[in-house]
Amino acid sequence: MKYLDEYRDPVLAKKLVAEIHRVTTRPWTLMEVCGGQTHTIVKQGIDEALPSGVRMIHGPGCPVCVTPLEQVDKALAIAARPDVIFTSYGDMLRVPGSSTDLLALKARGADVRIVYSPLDALKIALANPDRQVVFFAVGFETTAPANAMAVAEAARRGIDNFSVLVSHVLVPPAMTALLDSPQNQVQAFLAAGHVCAVMGWTEYEPIAERYRVPIVVTGFEPLDLLEGILMAIRQLEEGRAEVENQYVRAVKREGVPLAQRQIFEVFEVGERKWRGVGEIPASGYRLREPYARFDAERKFDVGEIQTNEHPACIAGAILTGAKLPLDCTAYGTLCTPQKPLGAPMVSSEGTCAAFFSAGRGLGGARSPLPVTPLVQVAPIGRAGVAEAPR
Amino acid sequence: MCLGIPGKVIEIRDDAGLPMGKVDFGGVRKEACLAYLPEVQLGDYVIVHVGFAISRVDEEEALKTLEILATMGDMVRSELATMGPGMDEPTVVSDDGTPATGAFGGAPA
Amino acid sequence: MSVEPEPFAVSDGSSPLTERSGRSADAGATIEPEGVYCPAPIAEGERVILGHGSGGQLSNALLRDVIGPALAAAAPGGPANDAAVVDVAGNRVAFTSDSFVVSPIRFPGGDIGELAVNGTVNDLAMMGAQPLAISLAYVIEEGLPLEELAAITASAAHAAAQAGARIVTGDTKVVGRGAADRLFVNTAGIGLVPDGVAPAADRARPGDAIILSGPIGLHGVAIMSVREGLEFEVEIASDTQALNGLVATMLAVEPGIRVLRDPTRGGLSSSLNEIAASSGVGMVLDEAAIPIPGPVRAACEMLGLDPFHVANEGKLVAIVPADSADTVVAAMRALPEGEGAARIGEVVADHPGMVTIRTIVGSERIVDMLVGEQLPRIC
Repeated sequence: MKYLDEYRDPVLAKKLVAEIHRVTTRPWTLMEVCGGQTHTIVKQGIDEALPSGVRMIHGPGCPVCVTPLEQVDKALAIAARPDVIFTSYGDMLRVPGSSTDLLALKARGADVRIVYSPLDALKIALANPDRQVVFFAVGFETTAPANAMAVAEAARRGIDNFSVLVSHVLVPPAMTALLDSPQNQVQAFLAAGHVCAVMGWTEYEPIAERYRVPIVVTGFEPLDLLEGILMAIRQLEEGRAEVENQYVRAVKREGVPLAQRQIFEVFEVGERKWRGVGEIPASGYRLREPYARFDAERKFDVGEIQTNEHPACIAGAILTGAKLPLDCTAYGTLCTPQKPLGAPMVSSEGTCAAFFSAGRGLGGARSPLPVTPLVQVAPIGRAGVAEAPR
Repeated sequence: MCLGIPGKVIEIRDDAGLPMGKVDFGGVRKEACLAYLPEVQLGDYVIVHVGFAISRVDEEEALKTLEILATMGDMVRSELATMGPGMDEPTVVSDDGTPATGAFGGAPA
Repeated sequence: MSVEPEPFAVSDGSSPLTERSGRSADAGATIEPEGVYCPAPIAEGERVILGHGSGGQLSNALLRDVIGPALAAAAPGGPANDAAVVDVAGNRVAFTSDSFVVSPIRFPGGDIGELAVNGTVNDLAMMGAQPLAISLAYVIEEGLPLEELAAITASAAHAAAQAGARIVTGDTKVVGRGAADRLFVNTAGIGLVPDGVAPAADRARPGDAIILSGPIGLHGVAIMSVREGLEFEVEIASDTQALNGLVATMLAVEPGIRVLRDPTRGGLSSSLNEIAASSGVGMVLDEAAIPIPGPVRAACEMLGLDPFHVANEGKLVAIVPADSADTVVAAMRALPEGEGAARIGEVVADHPGMVTIRTIVGSERIVDMLVGEQLPRIC
């Protein structure tokens, strides 16, 4: 496949690995924010090929994983209604809510359908005028143009039986929240390539400058990640802190202005709770008032949702990179992809699922990742525990 | 966030006011909305995410990246050979599944 | 749009990353992982879900935890193979049963009729048996056009003739609208296992070679391409075909073939993992050696699926003694059903029960088994 295969060339991959080894003189801690990048890193064993002092922390890059529990429970409440056709991207179906998940609800007879594109949800609404069609509008900024277009089209064409349950999350506020944390260890970031393809990278420049962190906009193929890591380490070694673009074939500094315009026609920035992390200000999108009639939360008055996060799940610590799945007592035992306790195990992009499917820490004869103790930090979401001294 | 793959625009049409394209991803064809990239023409490559083209692939930049990688460092074959398993150049598989010979992926390495 | 994020004011002593629980940090308290008790996890194990049919871990769990125990008094036990071998007056008779619920019932490259016959022939072939007789039973949803029923049955008949098998008995039931998805097909098949031939899931040994008969992912992608919500155009068709001819050729060259398995639901990785577990051995695969057609890779990229989890219908995996591997592959390649045959890995003594693969970066990672239903993803 053109523009994919070339970036999987094993000979070039090994060259990049060698070059990374050559330029690294000190330990460094990097974070990739995007779930798709985590997936490639873990699946290709890229983090294991790096010099031993270089640590990759897998950040909260899976919008499925960070969808707040309240939104999942609202989705379940709406989907359970007999007049509703509930449409969603595939990976949301197994995310556990407080007591069940969409797939199980479907097993009980709810009309839950997977769609590839939000426009498909619109088509379903057109084809079923006597039913209410709700679309679970989840994602980072990458997905926002698509979700926005669905709402804009519904408005333009008067498709009133269509509504969206919005749960967008934004990357830059998450990065600054991480950087503001006293426990932060991340020294450089690989920024999400497709988020930046849409939004450009101007928002990251003040972050790089204020926090003195290199930020490299990186793609998703093995060569992209290796090159992004190399560029980040070069910056660290040279004491620079800039925004650089590795993913030059797809990303421009200004992003795609038309897409941004559409996003901001339909959405505005608002508060968002990140599952397992907590509330990060100005880190989500919500529908603007003129589009309120397409807001499923208002349409269906789902009322006060009492959420109930599983106490053993340390998703918060996983998502901020403070802990690895190996540090979780439930990992691989109580919590598996078959019976996930929390979001990072459900979505195949989630850190826990990525680790599990690569077999890490599961006690096989070849357990590639040595279990090194990390700095003790308070697991987020657990009751009454505190920070141990560093 | 993430799952966007590159494909070639092989058809452009209007669907109830929305510009839609048929995009070919190495043998799989699917529709994608082109509303955000009005400058895209037949034959261009775009990155498609959930049914929308979100970026046009800059062919020149793509080649530049590969050139930089190809000429990077002065690696000697013997250095490469000390680096671990899977070192031999693997056989390439052509589209009908039969093994062929040649550099994996056929990249301009 | 340049929303400059405000640094989070840490006025109440809490970190920006603390859940709003109203609890404050207790200076001096430490984490005690051992002290965390785990109440019962979410009890969503009470009903059958789609994933239980996917051919992956959930399917195995269903067999192991629910069906197996319930059958215990009547079932012989032993490793799970594609068919059973029962002794009938001194003859080893392979006996298999299958149900086919594919939707749509007609898809690029075939229909449910030929799928059913080929699937049954193949399950017998995986035990080394040539098919003798097949039964064909229908559960038909009211409203199915007669023309379709006739066409599908003709397909089944044609597939049986191709494989040298006879459809000798059957059944027909009709249920009301909505009670079956157009047409469900159930089959059973018997065949004779020749002397000296006994492939079985627990016979793989360290040092053996792993052979794949051709490119993977074709059937699953062909089906997905016409699945509602995912429709896409792709120039590939299901690879459904009878493999008994291929197996006969392979056994003629190497009667001591250890394991034969057709990787249907759950894909290549599920089959290999099951064999590794049954035999108590490990496996190491070579990523570059596994033939995956371009369009299959493209579709999997697009949907975020793993080609190793995608169903196949006209492929087999064979585990053979290392020194006959090349001869077996050569024999396979001489037949159309085996033209893409390739050696894809080896059986090892390390990491028993686990299958690993060498990646292009040079690392080795574990090839996991499909868990439940394959879901397309956006991440």
